[in-house]
Amino acid sequence: MQSSFGSSVENPVIEQETRSAEELDLPWQVIVHNDPVNLMSYVTMVFQKVFGLTKEKAEKHMLEVHQLGRSILWCGMRERAELYVQQLHGYLLLATLERTN
Amino acid sequence: MEFRRQNDCLEISELDPFLAELLRQIPESCSVEGVEAAQQRIFSQPAKDAEICSEWKVYVEPELRRLFRSATETVEADLQQLNGCTKPFANCTLRIPTENAEAWLNALNQARLAIAAKYNFTDVELGDHYRSPIGSRRDLGLFQVNFYGFLQEFILQEMAGGNENR
Repeated sequence: MQSSFGSSVENPVIEQETRSAEELDLPWQVIVHNDPVNLMSYVTMVFQKVFGLTKEKAEKHMLEVHQLGRSILWCGMRERAELYVQQLHGYLLLATLERTN
Repeated sequence: MEFRRQNDCLEISELDPFLAELLRQIPESCSVEGVEAAQQRIFSQPAKDAEICSEWKVYVEPELRRLFRSATETVEADLQQLNGCTKPFANCTLRIPTENAEAWLNALNQARLAIAAKYNFTDVELGDHYRSPIGSRRDLGLFQVNFYGFLQEFILQEMAGGNENR
């Protein structure tokens, strides 16, 4: 007869983790892409509002977008990156989040 | 047409009937219904990852739609002032409360992006601010994009000046 305690408990099944530790640690980037329609002054204002940047820093990023086609505005945890991208889309900027290589 | 800040309002006076009509068209111009290119631009993809995009469509896009609609409705309400111009061909004055400035910037941007996507303007066309005359609906679209951009610049300048003076 089997005891009602102990031996009847099956070994727990450990599900396989599908993401590697490196993958989980990798930060996400918030990238703004060039758009010929949005005004430079408008893009600068949005960067100041969303990221709390100084006018000089915001202009530096705006010019990077304008001249190089994109600029990395922020880097960090996914949840916050998503929030920033959502805010940027609210201002109708072309923004994406990408995992760093 | 004259722009100036009057206390808590941004005033556009001496608006001729043609420009007043273009302003009346802002809410309608924001609409992306049935224009695939405009929809794709206004609701652009947030990432390359398909999973992120599908979650975004379910959870974020409805919020963005609400935000854009709210801005358009605010602008539409302010534009009711133009209906007071009863005399035909008379110039009008529009007063934008400064608390509505953000909504105006947003709606003007929606309209500019939607029109530009609809007519697929090139970078060269968008950079040509002195193009004239208006000979087609497409030319008028480009004029609208430039006029709305001019208005955005005015609002941005006045809001920045107002903040610096505080």
